[in-house]
Amino acid sequence: MKIAALKLRAQVVKSIRDFFWERGFLEVETPLLIPANAPEEYINPVIALPSHQLQTSPEICMKRLLSRGYDRIFQISHCWRSDERGSRHLSEFTMLEWYRSDSDYYTLMDDCKDLLQFVASRCLPDKRLFIHNTIEIDPFAPWKLFTVEEAFSRFTHTKVWDTLRNEAYEEILTSNIEPALAKYKTPVILMDYPKELASLARTKPDNIELAERFELYVGGLELANGFSELIDPVEQRFRFEEANRIRHKNGEAILPLPEPFLKTLADMPPSAGIALGVDRLVMLTAGVDSIDEIVAFTPEEL
Amino acid sequence: MYSVADLKKGLKITLDGDPYLVVAFDFVKPGKGQALYRTKMRNMINGTLLDRTYRSGESFEPASLEERQMEYLYKEGEHYTFMDQQTYEQIVMEESAMGDAKNYLLENLKVDVMIFGEKAIGISLPNFVNLRVTETEQWAKGDTSGNDSKPATVETGYVLRVPPFIEEGELIVIDTRTGEYSTRVKG
Repeated sequence: MKIAALKLRAQVVKSIRDFFWERGFLEVETPLLIPANAPEEYINPVIALPSHQLQTSPEICMKRLLSRGYDRIFQISHCWRSDERGSRHLSEFTMLEWYRSDSDYYTLMDDCKDLLQFVASRCLPDKRLFIHNTIEIDPFAPWKLFTVEEAFSRFTHTKVWDTLRNEAYEEILTSNIEPALAKYKTPVILMDYPKELASLARTKPDNIELAERFELYVGGLELANGFSELIDPVEQRFRFEEANRIRHKNGEAILPLPEPFLKTLADMPPSAGIALGVDRLVMLTAGVDSIDEIVAFTPEEL
Repeated sequence: MYSVADLKKGLKITLDGDPYLVVAFDFVKPGKGQALYRTKMRNMINGTLLDRTYRSGESFEPASLEERQMEYLYKEGEHYTFMDQQTYEQIVMEESAMGDAKNYLLENLKVDVMIFGEKAIGISLPNFVNLRVTETEQWAKGDTSGNDSKPATVETGYVLRVPPFIEEGELIVIDTRTGEYSTRVKG
């Protein structure tokens, strides 16, 4: 029976809500069925109707709300990504996203720290330690921070730029870096990704090769991905088209562009936004290593 | 053809000409990156384990395996010959592919032979076979040594432990899954 896991799940979701409500964020609901997601090289949306897809992330609509003047918003919603299924993946999963205007990715890192400490003190039996693969992770201890370039030079014998050229990035990241991050007993942040790996993030003011994007890892599990938003509509359209070019080269379908989003992007203030996998946060809270253990039904049970 | 999305535990595929069984599988996808499909596979002919990582877009040949009921005919050197009872087609299997099964093979025994392409790569036996004891020591009544079993050789040459009261010439039932004595056949 999964009753204990499902109770814990409800408790985690409630504490996320309380966290953002207490901090003055507006909880929003945006449509799940949309004409276009942000096209990404390696994310395939579920095509639900000839003209509509299920959202792969609520980002498009939430950023349009920023353009309309909303300054602090959050949403907990279901997202769908075709053919993603493993011990840490479900094709339909639950995502938390939050956005702040007049902020950058450093503010989001602070939010992550506050949120994890809040959830830990509300939901964990000892109010302190998350568990993943038997490693205890303390969100109250000082967090570890590496740039992506530092992580590659510290944990591998290659440079991130070389792995991108040789199409070995994912392999090195998952077989060398993530296992190394799994040994830290505090959450770890990887920051400043090559621009190619951050199609919706703005580049760093002092280095146009790097984007202001970060990933939060807890026990080696990738939990959240945040960035300072790109607000240049011309550059954004170029990056979407670039993603479609790569998709085409890989034999994947060309995806429609979210035109209304591109149109209103110019009105968006400098902002920062982040997506966090709720299922994975529940896994860490329950101390289980498979996503199957914390959902009411797995796809195979349907 | 299978695609990587079809990969799961228990799938049988052909790789470098050999049939492989997927024994472990995981889907890995770092944020914004390409999906990787990590597998551990067992070679169904020689049992070796193999770790392989695949990416989207790769595809696999299914392993065309066929199980046919056949009758064991005879052994010549290291070759065991079986015959399909419907088609009378004969197939030869190497001793190395037989595993423990050779311990229980008596002429005319009906078994399921696993065939990959043209090649017999394994057999599954009935769970229980009857074999006659050809050699075992006499049990001395009143033996107080406390031994509750003794070695016995059966007609295939296989040696196992049997209870002390089993005598030469008796027919016994052997569990082929464990290789152990199960009971004796009375009469």
